[in-house]
Amino acid sequence: MSTIKRLLAFAALGVLTVMLAAPSMAADKVKIGFLATFTGGVGVIGDDMRNAFELGLDHLGRKMGPLDVEVIYEDDDFKPDVGKQKTEKLVKRDRVNFVTGHMWSHVLLASYNSVVGQGPFLISANAGPSQIAGTLCHPDFFSTSWQNDQTPMAMGEVMNQEGIDNVYLMAPNYAAGKNMMEGFKRSFKGRIVGEDLTKFPDQVDFSAEMAKIRAANPKAVFIFYPGKFGAQFFTQYQQAGLKGKIPLYSAFTVDALNLPLLKDLAVGNLMTQFWSPDLDNPVNKRFVAEFKKKYGTFPSFYAAQSYDAAMLINSAVVAVKGDLTRKDAMRAAMEKADFPSVRGKFRYGNNHFPIQNFYLREAVKNDAGEYTTRTIRVVLKDHQDPYASECKM
Amino acid sequence: MNWLLLFEQTLNGFQLGTLLFLLAAGLTLIFGIMDLVNLAHGSLFMMGAFFCASLADWTGSFLFGALLAVPAAIALGIVVELVALRTLYDRNHLDQVLATFGLILFFNEAVRIVWGSAGRAIPLPALLKTHVQILGIPYPTYRIMTISIGLLVALGLYVLIARTRLGMLIRAGATNREMVGALGVDIRLLYTLVFGLGAGLAGLAGLLTATVQTAEIGMGEHILIPSFVVIVIGGIGSIRGSFVAAIIVGLIDTLGRSYIPDLLKLFFSELVASTAAPALSSMMIYLIMAIVLVLRPQGLFPAHAG
Repeated sequence: MSTIKRLLAFAALGVLTVMLAAPSMAADKVKIGFLATFTGGVGVIGDDMRNAFELGLDHLGRKMGPLDVEVIYEDDDFKPDVGKQKTEKLVKRDRVNFVTGHMWSHVLLASYNSVVGQGPFLISANAGPSQIAGTLCHPDFFSTSWQNDQTPMAMGEVMNQEGIDNVYLMAPNYAAGKNMMEGFKRSFKGRIVGEDLTKFPDQVDFSAEMAKIRAANPKAVFIFYPGKFGAQFFTQYQQAGLKGKIPLYSAFTVDALNLPLLKDLAVGNLMTQFWSPDLDNPVNKRFVAEFKKKYGTFPSFYAAQSYDAAMLINSAVVAVKGDLTRKDAMRAAMEKADFPSVRGKFRYGNNHFPIQNFYLREAVKNDAGEYTTRTIRVVLKDHQDPYASECKM
Repeated sequence: MNWLLLFEQTLNGFQLGTLLFLLAAGLTLIFGIMDLVNLAHGSLFMMGAFFCASLADWTGSFLFGALLAVPAAIALGIVVELVALRTLYDRNHLDQVLATFGLILFFNEAVRIVWGSAGRAIPLPALLKTHVQILGIPYPTYRIMTISIGLLVALGLYVLIARTRLGMLIRAGATNREMVGALGVDIRLLYTLVFGLGAGLAGLAGLLTATVQTAEIGMGEHILIPSFVVIVIGGIGSIRGSFVAAIIVGLIDTLGRSYIPDLLKLFFSELVASTAAPALSSMMIYLIMAIVLVLRPQGLFPAHAG
């Protein structure tokens, strides 16, 4: 009798175990790893990206096709080595289907091989280093942002159009900073009278460089100082008496995150970008309005790219009706760029970077007294990055 | 050669030097007199900046904010000393490094909870936002103010250390701590005062930095390393040493940043120069430190000499 009881108990236990284990065996949810910097002075960027990604999931009803969505946020601490560790954790332990986020080019480059070819898709929602657009391109990688060179190339074009024939360049000394300067030089036809690559990320006092700018007296200064560095640059530019004397042009330096901090210091600053909160399309209008409603601020371009990342991933999952084993079909779906993007319609190049428009925009104070940016005109239409030809794909 | 540019860069070097001095003075006293390795000095620097940001908001004036932030930093320093550091004096340096590193994490997280991760700008009054003409160069008023404050503090510290009873005890403490204690001086009280003084100076440096750069989490960690370089070059425990070393480090760093790229371009291609120059100029101060350590391991002005 007791043997039967014991057998029954075992059977019950077995059934229970199967029931408990079942959810993790069937692919009834899509797992997404989101890597960005959420702490320290640049943590605001990561927070903004996360907010936009969450808003995107809200708009999708927190489901992609038939599947629930689980997002695992990881902090890269602004360091390539930490980013790589966290990426490996996401891929190997959490077994995510997608890795996205990625604010920094140097962090992305360090983590790249831990994702591509290992199973998951890698969707960069910001960083776009030249290597990944060119020789290191991979079928598992997609970008919802841009290749680093493109935005400064648009700025070089703006200066050509405005007849500015000599310029001084400044950027931090890391992967993206170098890409920005190269991109600018690709399209700019005038003379570079001076160029400074400053120590990254710990140099925040630019007194020596500003003295050099004054001595060189160029017709314009072009800078790339993302996030907090932008605020610091603008403050010091004014204190050095250069604001109003030598026009300052920028890329990725003034954004919705530091504009409320900079206020009038940045007003009038000209920048190029693939997107602006005032871009006139229904997807963008809804995104900007609901972002403002939910979080109380204008979304930054980082936010726009992260929202698009959520939509791109959704388009892949919907295309295979939740069967995440069909990677080729998912890839084919993403290559079509068939999702409602905040930048309007665009298409993907062979290297999986967007072929898209770049606009000239200006920092303004709007009628409601808010600091934001306004689109002036299209500078580059359907622009493809210069490294696409180096990608054998 | 553009002499005006050289002059302006020298002023910039002085400004960085005086800022480093404010940090290094506290660090060298704490290290030299209390024999405490305080990695959290940068946190006090950061707290000074955030105190000033909030107090300036609250009082509506940068001046009042700054005047209140320094005592607040001193008070915080005293609390930290009483609560956390007292227990560490008898431990070895490694334990102190571990504990004060913990304090860094604590303060960074505390700032994130209280002030958020975005950082705070400290708006300067209109008077300090402008620039004055020096030899035809428009030089920021704010930077002149920093240089003046640094020099005034240096003078004040000199008087304090060389001319007062407290200063005598501090000097005696730097030379032989046990003897000072044996002679009946309340060494614990002296430690608390010294730490408070160091915290106040760090806070002052922090708020001065934040006006030009914004107050942000972790702002003290980058500048802490050059401050340690300064006290090593100057001689641990010596105020005079840290003043001279701070000016040297400030000048070398600034002039290096502005002239090494041009210098390299004389010998190498544009590409090599523009890539190598930032790396080389950021190495300069460590090279100087290495040279000083080889030639004069006790530093330029060892504490027992003054």
